[in-house]
Amino acid sequence: MRHKQSAWLATALIGIALAVLPFVVGLGIGNAWVRVLDFALLYVMLALGLNIVVGMAGLLDLGYIAFYAVGAYLYALLSSPQFGLHWPVWAVLPLGALVAGLFGAVLGAPTLRLRGDYLAIVTLGFGEIVRIFLNNLNSPINITNGPQGISQIDPVRIAGVPLSRPLEVFGHTLPAVYLYYYLFVLLALLIVFITVRLEDSRIGRAWVAIREDEIAAKACGINTRNIKLLAFAMGASFGGVAGGLFAGFQEFVSPESFSLMESIMVLCMVVLGGMGHIPGVILGALLLAVLPEALRYGAVPIQQALFGRVLLDPESLRMLLFGVALIAVMLYRPAGLWPEARRKREFLGARTK
Amino acid sequence: MNRETLLEARNIAKHFGGVRALHAVSLFILRGEIYGLIGPNGAGKTTFFNVLTGLYTADGGSFLLDGAPMKISAPHEVAAQGIARTFQNIRLFANMTALENVMVGRHLRTGAGVIGAVLRDRATRDEESAIAQRAHELLHYVGIHRHSNVLARNLSYGDQRRLEIARALATEPKLLALDEPAAGMNATETAELRKLIETLRSDGVTILLIEHDVKLVMGLCDRVAVLDYGEKIAEGAPAEVRRDAKVVEAYLGGAIA
Repeated sequence: MRHKQSAWLATALIGIALAVLPFVVGLGIGNAWVRVLDFALLYVMLALGLNIVVGMAGLLDLGYIAFYAVGAYLYALLSSPQFGLHWPVWAVLPLGALVAGLFGAVLGAPTLRLRGDYLAIVTLGFGEIVRIFLNNLNSPINITNGPQGISQIDPVRIAGVPLSRPLEVFGHTLPAVYLYYYLFVLLALLIVFITVRLEDSRIGRAWVAIREDEIAAKACGINTRNIKLLAFAMGASFGGVAGGLFAGFQEFVSPESFSLMESIMVLCMVVLGGMGHIPGVILGALLLAVLPEALRYGAVPIQQALFGRVLLDPESLRMLLFGVALIAVMLYRPAGLWPEARRKREFLGARTK
Repeated sequence: MNRETLLEARNIAKHFGGVRALHAVSLFILRGEIYGLIGPNGAGKTTFFNVLTGLYTADGGSFLLDGAPMKISAPHEVAAQGIARTFQNIRLFANMTALENVMVGRHLRTGAGVIGAVLRDRATRDEESAIAQRAHELLHYVGIHRHSNVLARNLSYGDQRRLEIARALATEPKLLALDEPAAGMNATETAELRKLIETLRSDGVTILLIEHDVKLVMGLCDRVAVLDYGEKIAEGAPAEVRRDAKVVEAYLGGAIA
């Protein structure tokens, strides 16, 4: 009973914190940072999706960003002047999840027999194939507008209200980045909820069993083919949702947003945070999405103050520090910053009380 | 004894390149018995096991389970048809708890999917608690319930064996196939394992046992088959097989003058 109460209290506190966060950040250090927060939330969704594939099922996927691209382009094609279609967001986002999930299963199917390095290389190839397709599908029929990308994408509209314009609420003006923030928080929470539920279920156990020992999993009667495809599809569908939101938020997509570097970024979030551990993965995503931005803003003034001139431009400094951070984490916390604790769950005990 | 046949193997053949690992091996296992499969190293025991459980595809022959031909195309289908196995070099889900390992074994006999898992409706919740309940019972049964929440890799060797047996039992097998369960065990652990296998028999579980420990096999099994170079050279009650000239020759490398 007391446990339940404290759980409610924690939920309420987290809810309040998430609700006031954009105000604290926006009023404290500027609305540009709320935008950074918005992107961080997209990365949380991506990292949670990839966590299903890499963290739980143990399938190293280096082409994950392809599903982000599929979701983004689907949104772009269905609600922009490109084809003159203006589908509503409540139709496009679920469709994006579905189509990306389908892509996940289709791209996953040929890799079922592969493991480790081989799987990584093939998925890397698939990721690039998707990007190159998007880059070149402007002839003979122009579908994706090639490297120029698709612009003038409709912003996300909720009940007819576009989130791209400031909204007047109780005499207070909420900028667009705040509105998107709330939408992204809600969807990120939904994805957290789904992954938490899946983790502690028959399906989640089957994923982990495959990660731990595939042959033993088969001998236990797990249809590893289907369960792996399900992992690919579930992970990809989260990527698809995040991609759709990205397209609506940016109002512009182009193939260069979906490079291999992005896949590696998301993978780093999962690995640095703590593979297979949901809070760790969220932490990893937030850190890796926010810290580079902090560096971008802070690198120049700090260097000028210290050395009187700029020695390293922020972009190369970013990669340098990123590499150092990666090596440091792998040396000192090889299981990630916030790895899974030894789980001591009393399944029956908790349920019969 | 009017016992019916549970599993029948007919002319099972398997070769790896030019090596004949199994050559027309036929045998039958009666319901409720412990059937031992012995033979010197490389005789084809584990190959037979792997063919039976779908890890290898046979190059010839067929299996009948309960009189009906088995469809052996993938290991999980073999498990679904009612054959569960353990591995010579224990294969547990090392970073899952003992309880979770057994719960994975229930995968086959339960059906919750993604939607059920996310919504956690009544049926799914009931199924989950039934899975946990059964897993607890099985851990009790094999005697490692006090280690329910210990990660599998932190269990002692003997307990890992027990856990593997509990996980196999969770799939509700008609036939439990144990691949050298006593390998690497000390005398005490072997004695305890023997007790567990005897309990299994008295509870009506049919067991196919591959074993190197001849004493264990002779003491436990109702019937024994001996493989040598991929062929069955003898079959029968342990005491008879032991006196068989061919068996002595296979093990000792030539007749004793």
